[in-house]
Amino acid sequence: MRPVYMVSGGVSKFVKARPDATFQKMVKEAFDYAFHDIPKLKREMIDGSVASYFSDHFTRQLMAGIMAADYLGLCPKPNKRVEGGGATGGLSFQAGWEAVASGRMNCCVVFGFETMSRVQTWKGNEFIAHASDTNFDYPVGGFYSGYYAMMVNRHIHEFGTTVEQMAMVSVKNHMNACYNPYAQKRRKLTIEDVRNAEMVAYPLTLLDICVMSDGAAVCILADEDTAFRLTDKPVRISGVGTGTDFMRFADRPHGKVILAPGEKESDYRNLRYPGVHSFRAGRSAGLQAYRMAGIKDPIKELDFVELHDAYTSSEIQTYEDLALCKYGEGGKFVEEGHPFLPQIDYGLKLKKKGTIPVNPSGGLIACGHPVGATGLMQAVFAFWQIQRSIRKHFGSGELQLDKADRGLIHSHAGTGTYVTVSILERGW
Amino acid sequence: MAKKRSRATKTPVVDRNAKLEEVMTGTTAFNVPFPKDLSSLKEMSPLVIKHPYSIEYLHSYGQDSPFFAGLANKKLLGTRCGHCRYTYATPRLHCANCGKETDWVELPQEGRVHTFTTCYFGSEEFLKETPFHLILVEFDGADTLLLARLIGVSAPQDIRIGMKVKAKFRRNSQLKPTDVYFVPA
Ligand SMILES: [Zn+2]
Repeated sequence: MRPVYMVSGGVSKFVKARPDATFQKMVKEAFDYAFHDIPKLKREMIDGSVASYFSDHFTRQLMAGIMAADYLGLCPKPNKRVEGGGATGGLSFQAGWEAVASGRMNCCVVFGFETMSRVQTWKGNEFIAHASDTNFDYPVGGFYSGYYAMMVNRHIHEFGTTVEQMAMVSVKNHMNACYNPYAQKRRKLTIEDVRNAEMVAYPLTLLDICVMSDGAAVCILADEDTAFRLTDKPVRISGVGTGTDFMRFADRPHGKVILAPGEKESDYRNLRYPGVHSFRAGRSAGLQAYRMAGIKDPIKELDFVELHDAYTSSEIQTYEDLALCKYGEGGKFVEEGHPFLPQIDYGLKLKKKGTIPVNPSGGLIACGHPVGATGLMQAVFAFWQIQRSIRKHFGSGELQLDKADRGLIHSHAGTGTYVTVSILERGW
Repeated sequence: MAKKRSRATKTPVVDRNAKLEEVMTGTTAFNVPFPKDLSSLKEMSPLVIKHPYSIEYLHSYGQDSPFFAGLANKKLLGTRCGHCRYTYATPRLHCANCGKETDWVELPQEGRVHTFTTCYFGSEEFLKETPFHLILVEFDGADTLLLARLIGVSAPQDIRIGMKVKAKFRRNSQLKPTDVYFVPA
């Protein structure tokens, strides 16, 4: 395998509804942004593309991938669609990485989109819930917020996590998004605001949960030679990992923790793992990516993380899966302030603020979650952080981290069914 | 699908953020205005049409059919691997641990709440049933769990992890996993 670099990215502004544009046009906006950001890239240098979108129900169109590819003028070059629920973006990003790493392509465009406004929220919930077992889970009351509420109630039971700790994730991500012009929800909130918001699935309120969006995102990947010809600041993809788990969360085993470097079996003597409180696929994806990137102590060796916070609870669960802290310590991790940005005032007292900023962009909760675009959006925001170009792309530099040489992106599907982790780092 | 948004919270006396629920009903239009000057077409508002989609499937439960036949006969069935003795509370006919074919076994009709939630919103199909309670049930002698509805409680505060629950069955089976539901034991 040869080294793979990200050389450019683009994102359409995520909004509740884009009736003014078809999905092809939204992808074109993100593509043109990425294309024009590296003027040395010529169309003939692009060897092929990967299409990332989740639901045929939302598009009401099969083979939508090729329609976006032909709109971009990328025919007759190779294209394929990659799909894996909420992790579609992360899986597609890694499919682009595979195309370049294998030598099949020198330059690969990965584009993603989702058009969720085509139906009302309740119908959208139904479409999403069809990504749970339609024989055994969906008919019982299929609703992803309900599934995540059940998983966090078990996390609360096992570890004593609190709803206030969850609310702090919401405060953090909404506040970060205030400085991100691409984000859908930019709000200054308090813990009380989050808890007093309408209850959706106990204990998750409306402000613990991401929203549906219309949007598109594009990443352009290249091999080393091409990358350095196109930009003097390419970002290297130094580690990739993908984990899986049973579709039905009721089927998850109750066994032993998959230990991260530095963890001991005795740390988890009474913990039955993963059960429904933790995501084994996330732990597995993380450890694969860390091994490949040579990371032994993630919290020291990573500068920031963009993770799949479809729920405030799943952000806390993911801190643990990614070994940013031990299993059971996720609630305390956010309460102490570790995942907040050092330079932003959140109106909270935080003892250890900014150890490792998580979701500096605002994450899914505040940016929105147009599923097929989401994992690529994370890659683009991480790419700009590492390039130190947040000010250029956001129009203001509040979210630019001082230390941003190496970041992690995390994409997550189902009840933790597919999870991808990719490590991005300064390549120049 | 209209849904009152006041169910879970107190409605203030004066609500300046009050908003009509968006609905999918509308007026059929057969004509739209059109400019003489084609160069102004890019300023045109998008046309949005209604696009219904409904299908009937002949859906087979295949090898899982005995589970649903069991519910219709007031029996709760799981499967057990004769090779590694792993027992699945949500049935699968092949063991995920060793790959061997499993056998049908009857599960106890009493179990415990492994975790729970109360849904105040949901997918369109279940909106009219909100609020409803979902639980994962653990059974003695089973290694995995079963997703089900809990009735007979009114609020999440009435549900505890570890609480004993017992299975009840619909008299008129619908051949759905909701043919079994649970009540506090
Ligand atoms: Zn077996």
